[in-house]
Amino acid sequence: MTLLQVDGLVVGYSAAPVLHGVDLTVPPATIVTVLGANGAGKTTLLRTLSGLLRPAEGGIRFDGRSLVGVPVERVVRLGLAHVPEGRGVVAELTVEENLRLGGVWRADRRDVRLAQDEVYELFPALAARRKHAGHQLSGGERQMLALGRALVARPRLLLLDEPSLGLAPRITGQIMALLRRLCDETGLAVLLVEQNVRSALSVADQGVVLSLGRVVAAADAAQLRDDAGLRHAYLGF
Amino acid sequence: MTTGLRHLLWTAAAAAALLAVTYAIPPFRNYQLATAAAYLCATAGLTVLVGLSGQLSLGHGAVMAVGAYAVALSQNRFADAGLTGNGVLAASLALGVLAALVAGLIVGLAAARLRGPYLAGVTLAVAVALPAVTTVWAGVFHSDQGLSVYLEPPPAGLGYDFPLERWQAWLALAGALLVMLLLANLVRSRFGRSLRAVRDDEVAARLAGIDVARTQVLAFVVSAGCAGLGGGLMAVLTQSVSPGAYSLTLSLFLLMAVVVGGLGRLAGAVWGALLLVVLPDLTHTIVASLTLSPAAAQRLEGNLPLAVFGLTLIVVMIAAPGGISGVVRRLTPASPLRR
Repeated sequence: MTLLQVDGLVVGYSAAPVLHGVDLTVPPATIVTVLGANGAGKTTLLRTLSGLLRPAEGGIRFDGRSLVGVPVERVVRLGLAHVPEGRGVVAELTVEENLRLGGVWRADRRDVRLAQDEVYELFPALAARRKHAGHQLSGGERQMLALGRALVARPRLLLLDEPSLGLAPRITGQIMALLRRLCDETGLAVLLVEQNVRSALSVADQGVVLSLGRVVAAADAAQLRDDAGLRHAYLGF
Repeated sequence: MTTGLRHLLWTAAAAAALLAVTYAIPPFRNYQLATAAAYLCATAGLTVLVGLSGQLSLGHGAVMAVGAYAVALSQNRFADAGLTGNGVLAASLALGVLAALVAGLIVGLAAARLRGPYLAGVTLAVAVALPAVTTVWAGVFHSDQGLSVYLEPPPAGLGYDFPLERWQAWLALAGALLVMLLLANLVRSRFGRSLRAVRDDEVAARLAGIDVARTQVLAFVVSAGCAGLGGGLMAVLTQSVSPGAYSLTLSLFLLMAVVVGGLGRLAGAVWGALLLVVLPDLTHTIVASLTLSPAAAQRLEGNLPLAVFGLTLIVVMIAAPGGISGVVRRLTPASPLRR
């Protein structure tokens, strides 16, 4: 069973292709991490999956439905939430308003409230800053808020771009542990892009290694961790 | 207490206070109050559009004209058909709003595809082109001469010597309070948050599931509806409509008013509307106190309001970028009107 199925994805910014035929599957309740050096096409992959970019070729199926050509705001409503790198928080809105924004399209107001309370429970730091504007938050709080905003939409698949960027190792660890818990307890699937290969592989079930827009390895996370040759060639540790 | 209920109570309190004021002031001041209330409909809608949704409109004077002409035409048609009563005026004003909503939808659909200077350009074109429409279909709109608007005297139930100006003030204030109540709730609603999200970060808004284009079009429509009501009320006050009264200058004045008042805040729209009435009055007084040749006096009176307004704009932007309402907010301790 697969939740997300990507076949032969080709994406380019104007002329030069960035992804040259990427295949990928994400089963439900699984964390799949996408690894690779700068410029490998990790962020482009996520941006294409959430609809911010249009693929030149290839297919994206989410829960049996094609996502190619579906606008971003529709993709979210289907259950695929994207937390972009360093973005995703509206700086002028308060923490509370940002979280409510995450469920702005949902008809079930009661569940939006519930989801919001759950986010405050997951991130007590946010609960303490409810009335603060997004631009008043620290980098870590902002990342938590972006993640929380995505969770209020009750997604089935979460696309996370570099959640550990600029964060203290302790907070990175907390976020990774949280992802694992959400995955095990709620059946959330995660597609995780990380520079921090060690922490990504420690929490993920599966890993995909991208190099210059191509998949060069796809295996269980444990296997990737143990493959010294691969690590040296592509992951730099 | 819910936000909606609180807004309702505030509106009721304001209505009661304003009612008392209309009895306390002479007819001319009532007329000015009514004019400010009509302007307020437009400035309140404009401040939501420009301040909250981040879309610039240089054409709101033209949208007011749409409302004004629609009210003029329907009032006169109703009168010709022998229909009378206050329900008729309400129907005319509703038609004025409707016409403006349609205009807002058309401009909004174009606007949703445009950003920054391009959007300003399109709305500017609307402001410039719309008065010409009155000449093209001169049979309906009577070119530069415009139309006179039929207005019934105040209801007999109010008494035989009830001043028309007080009645006009009541009409305009009722419209303005309605607009303020609706917008205050709108600003605090999901739609208000969506507007601010779209203004600040379109990508983040889209990722949160907000349809950016639809939100922007809706903002234009709402704002145009308010301006249409303002224009309609203006037609009722002046009992005439002509293209000259809704020129590009009016559009620019409206924009300056909301900026000087405090962009994005309804309280700022109130300050702006008051300025639109007070400043021309003030400059008139100044010119009258000077001994000038008639030609010079006429020239000065025509241009002085614009100069004073421009100067005010510059001073306010330097001294208090938050506008008048920003200054008031800083000077007063926590007010319940705060967002």
